[in-house]
Amino acid sequence: MSRPATQANQTSPRTAPESRSAGGTALADRINPFLPPIFITLILLVGNLSFGILESYSKTLLAIATAIAAEMVMGRIFLRKWPHPASAYITGISVGILLRSPAYWPYGLCSAISITSKYALRFRGRHIWNPSNFGICAMLVLASQAVASLSIQWGNNFASLIVIWVLGAVIVWRARRLHITLTYVTCFIALSFLRAQIVGDPWQAEISPITGPMYQLFIFFMITDPKTTVRSRIGQSVVAVAIAVLEFFFRLNSCIYAPLYALFWVGPAALLIEMAIDSRRKRLVDADTVFEQRAARA
Amino acid sequence: MKKIPIARILLTLFFAALLATPWMVRHLSSPAKPGTNAGAQAALDRYGFSLQEVSHAAGVDFVHQAPTLDTKLDGIMPEIASMGASVSIVDYDRDGWPDIYVTNSAIGSKNHLYHNNHDGTFTDVADELGIADVNQPGTGVSMGAVWGDYDNDGYEDLFLIKWGKPELFHNDQGKHFTRVSDQAGLPPWINANAAVWFDFDRDGKLDLFVAGYYPEDLDLWHLRSTRMMPDSFEYAKNGGRKYLFRNLGNGRFEEVSAKAGIDSRRWALACAAADLSGTGYPDLFIANDYGVSELYINDHGHFHEAGKETGVGFAPKSGMNASFGDIFNQGRFSIYVSNISEEGVLIQGNNLWVPQAGTVLKYENMARELGVELGGWSFGAQFGDFNNDGNLDLYLTNGYISLDRQRSYWYDFAKVAGGNSSIIGDAQNWPAFNGRSLSGYQQKRLWLNDGEGKFVDVAQAVGATDIYDGRSVALADLWNSGALDIIVANQRGPLLIYKNTVAPDNRWIEFSLEGTKSNRSAIGAEIALYWDGKEQLQQVSGGSGFASQNDRRVHFGLGKNPRIEKAVIHWPSGTIQTLDSLSPDRLYTVKEPR
Repeated sequence: MSRPATQANQTSPRTAPESRSAGGTALADRINPFLPPIFITLILLVGNLSFGILESYSKTLLAIATAIAAEMVMGRIFLRKWPHPASAYITGISVGILLRSPAYWPYGLCSAISITSKYALRFRGRHIWNPSNFGICAMLVLASQAVASLSIQWGNNFASLIVIWVLGAVIVWRARRLHITLTYVTCFIALSFLRAQIVGDPWQAEISPITGPMYQLFIFFMITDPKTTVRSRIGQSVVAVAIAVLEFFFRLNSCIYAPLYALFWVGPAALLIEMAIDSRRKRLVDADTVFEQRAARA
Repeated sequence: MKKIPIARILLTLFFAALLATPWMVRHLSSPAKPGTNAGAQAALDRYGFSLQEVSHAAGVDFVHQAPTLDTKLDGIMPEIASMGASVSIVDYDRDGWPDIYVTNSAIGSKNHLYHNNHDGTFTDVADELGIADVNQPGTGVSMGAVWGDYDNDGYEDLFLIKWGKPELFHNDQGKHFTRVSDQAGLPPWINANAAVWFDFDRDGKLDLFVAGYYPEDLDLWHLRSTRMMPDSFEYAKNGGRKYLFRNLGNGRFEEVSAKAGIDSRRWALACAAADLSGTGYPDLFIANDYGVSELYINDHGHFHEAGKETGVGFAPKSGMNASFGDIFNQGRFSIYVSNISEEGVLIQGNNLWVPQAGTVLKYENMARELGVELGGWSFGAQFGDFNNDGNLDLYLTNGYISLDRQRSYWYDFAKVAGGNSSIIGDAQNWPAFNGRSLSGYQQKRLWLNDGEGKFVDVAQAVGATDIYDGRSVALADLWNSGALDIIVANQRGPLLIYKNTVAPDNRWIEFSLEGTKSNRSAIGAEIALYWDGKEQLQQVSGGSGFASQNDRRVHFGLGKNPRIEKAVIHWPSGTIQTLDSLSPDRLYTVKEPR
C-alpha cells in the first residue's frame, strides 16, 4: 500500500478525484455529482413513505452521518483536502438500506468500516473494494449475531420494482454503464435456469432474488462503481459475467448473500489484473521510449 | 527500506480495531451464562425457583398432530402446517383448581381437556364433555382456544379457533358442553390463529374478537389454486379479515368490525386486549406475521388504528405473540411481541414495547436494552413472576421446524421470500422442504427480571431444557401452591408441564375475581397491588401470548417479608374497589360490589 495523495495520481492510471470514489459514484464521474445522491434518496423516501422500508430514520441517519464524518476526516488527513460528500452520502445511505439490525451500533460501524476501507486497503494508490460492499460483507461475516442484509423489503410488488428499475436504468445509461447492469442481469437469468435444472427447484424460485430489492441497489450502485471497476467496456462486461458466475457457484452452495460475496472477490481481482496489465504495458511503453530515445541519440 | 508514515500506521490500527469491534461487542454484551441445568437445589439457591417437567407423571401424555392439507402443498407442508398446537387454562367446573385444554390439528384427531384431580394428576374429560371430537373432516382443524363466560352463568364457555368452522361451546355447569355456533351467528369458515374475549363496549357482556390469518374463502384441504401465500413478507395485506362479535346477550352475536372501525387484512397471529390508553375501555393489540403490528385504540366502543402514532406499527416483522406485563412495577403495561432471529440470516429481534412517560400513548422498543431481544424463531411468551421476587419474568418458547438437523431450508426460504409478489404468492414456486429444518431444535428462554432493568436467561439452569418446536405458553398455579407453573404446547410434540418449585422465603398473593355488573369472568379487570413501596399492575385476560390463555386467577410475587398496603381493582364496569388488610400466601376470591 502507498500513500494515496499525490503518489496515487502518479502511480494510478486513473485520475478520478479520490473524493468521488465510494460505491455508486459512477454517475459522479460522468454526470452531475448530485444526481446519484438525489436518486438514491428518492428511492429511500419513496420506499419508506410507501412501505416503511427502513428500520428507522435515525439508524439510516447514523449510517450517513458516520460515513460523511469518516470521509471528511480521512480525506483531510490523507488527501489534504475536504472531499465531496456525495460519495460518502451514497455509501451511508446504502448501508442504511441494505443493513438490517435492531441495534444502532452496526449502522455506524458498517459505515466506518466502509469508508475506512477506502483509505486502508489500497494497492498502487487505488482502493480496490467497493466500500459499501466491503463494509456490509465484513459485518455479515464478523457480526452475524447482530446483523443481516436486506432480503425482504419494498412490498414485493411490481410498481416499486418497475419505478426503481426505470430510474436506475436511466441513471446508469447516462453514466454509460448500462451495459454492466444488462450483462449481469442477462447472465443471472440464464444461470438461474441452469441452477433450476441442477437443483430441481422451480425456475421461478431461482429467478426470485433478482426481482427483489437487494438486487436493485446491487446492480445499479455496486457493480457499476467506476472506482472499483475496470476501464474498458469489454472488461466491465467480463467482470459482470464473472460476478454472476461466481454467484452461481455460491448459490449452489446455499450461500444467502451470494451476490455480495461474489462482488467482494471478483471486484478486487479484476482491478488487480487490470493494474498488472497496465503495469506491463507501461513497462513496454517505457522500454520503447528508451529504445527510441537511444536510437534517436545514435 | 520504505518509510511508512505514522498516519498510515494509525489508520491501519484503527481499521483493525473497527473490524474487531463486533467481536468485542459480542463478548462485552453477552450476559454471564447461567450454564446448564445444575439441579433443582442449585437453581433454587441461585435463582429462587426450579422447574421440573412432570407431564407424564401427571398423567398427561398428549402429543400434538399437525394438519395435513391439500396435496398441492406437499412440498412446503412443514411450513404451511406449522401451527395448531395450543394450550389454554380454565377452571371449567369451578372447583377452584385450574384445568388444561389443549388442541390437536390433524383431521380426526381429538382435543383434550385435562381435569385437575387436585393431587398433581390430570384426567382427560374432553370426550365425555363433548369438546374432543372437533376436528372432523369438512370442518377444519383446531388452532387455539379461548375461554370466557359469555352468558354470565358463572361457567367459562369455549371458543375454538380453527382453520375451518369456528365453534362456540356453551358450558353447561361444568357437566357438558353444547355446541352453539349456529345460534350464535358465527360465520361458516375462518382461517384464524388468534382470538380474544373482551368487553369492548363495557356493557357487561363479553364480546369476541377473531383475527383471520389465511383468507376466509380458502379451504386449505381443497385449494382451487396454489396462489395462497402472502403477497409480501413484510407488507402483506392479503390475509384473513378480522371479526368483532358483539354480544347481544341472548346467545347471539353481531359482527360489528366495520362499524367499530376495525378493517384489516394483515396476517394476524396473536392478539390481546387491555386498557393501554387509560380510558377505561380495552384497547386491542394485534401482532401480525409478514407486517407491522396494529394497535386499535378503543374510544368508547369505536376503534382507530394507532400503530404508527404510538410507535408499535412502524417496522414490519413477523409478529407471533402479544402479551402484557408491568415489568417495571410502574402501573403500566409493556407489550412483548415475538419475531424471528436467526444468526447470519435474519435478525428481526423481538419487541418489548415499553410505554414512555407522559400523557400521550407512545412506546419505545427496549427489548435490546433489557436483554429480551433475541430468542430464535420465537413464538408464544408470557409474563409471570416465577420466583415470587416481586418482578415479572418472561418465558418464551421457540423453534419453527425441527426435521433433519444437518440440513437447513434457510437458503431457499431467503431466496424466494425477497422476490416479487407474483413469485412468492404462489406455493408452487417454493422449493420443497425435503426433510430440512428451518430454525429447529432451539433452546427456550426464561428471562429473569432482576428488577433493575435487566433480564437474564436462566432457562437451562432452572430446568426448561426442551428443544421442541414450541408454540403456545400458558401460566397457572396448577397445584395451588403459590407458584406459577408453565404449560407449553409444541407443534408435533408433547404437551409439557413445567412444575415450579419456589424458595419459600419469597411470598405471594393471588386473586380470583368474579364480576357482577361487569362480565362475570371479570375479563379486563385490573388489579394494582401496592406493597413495600412498589406497585404492580396485572389484569384478568381473555387470551394472550400465542393461541393461549393464562389462568384467570391473578398471581403476584411479593419477595421476602412483604408488607402489603392495598390492592385496587378497576372493574370493567368502572367500579373501583380497594382491598386492605391483605396477607401474603393467600388466594383471595373477590366479587365485584353491586
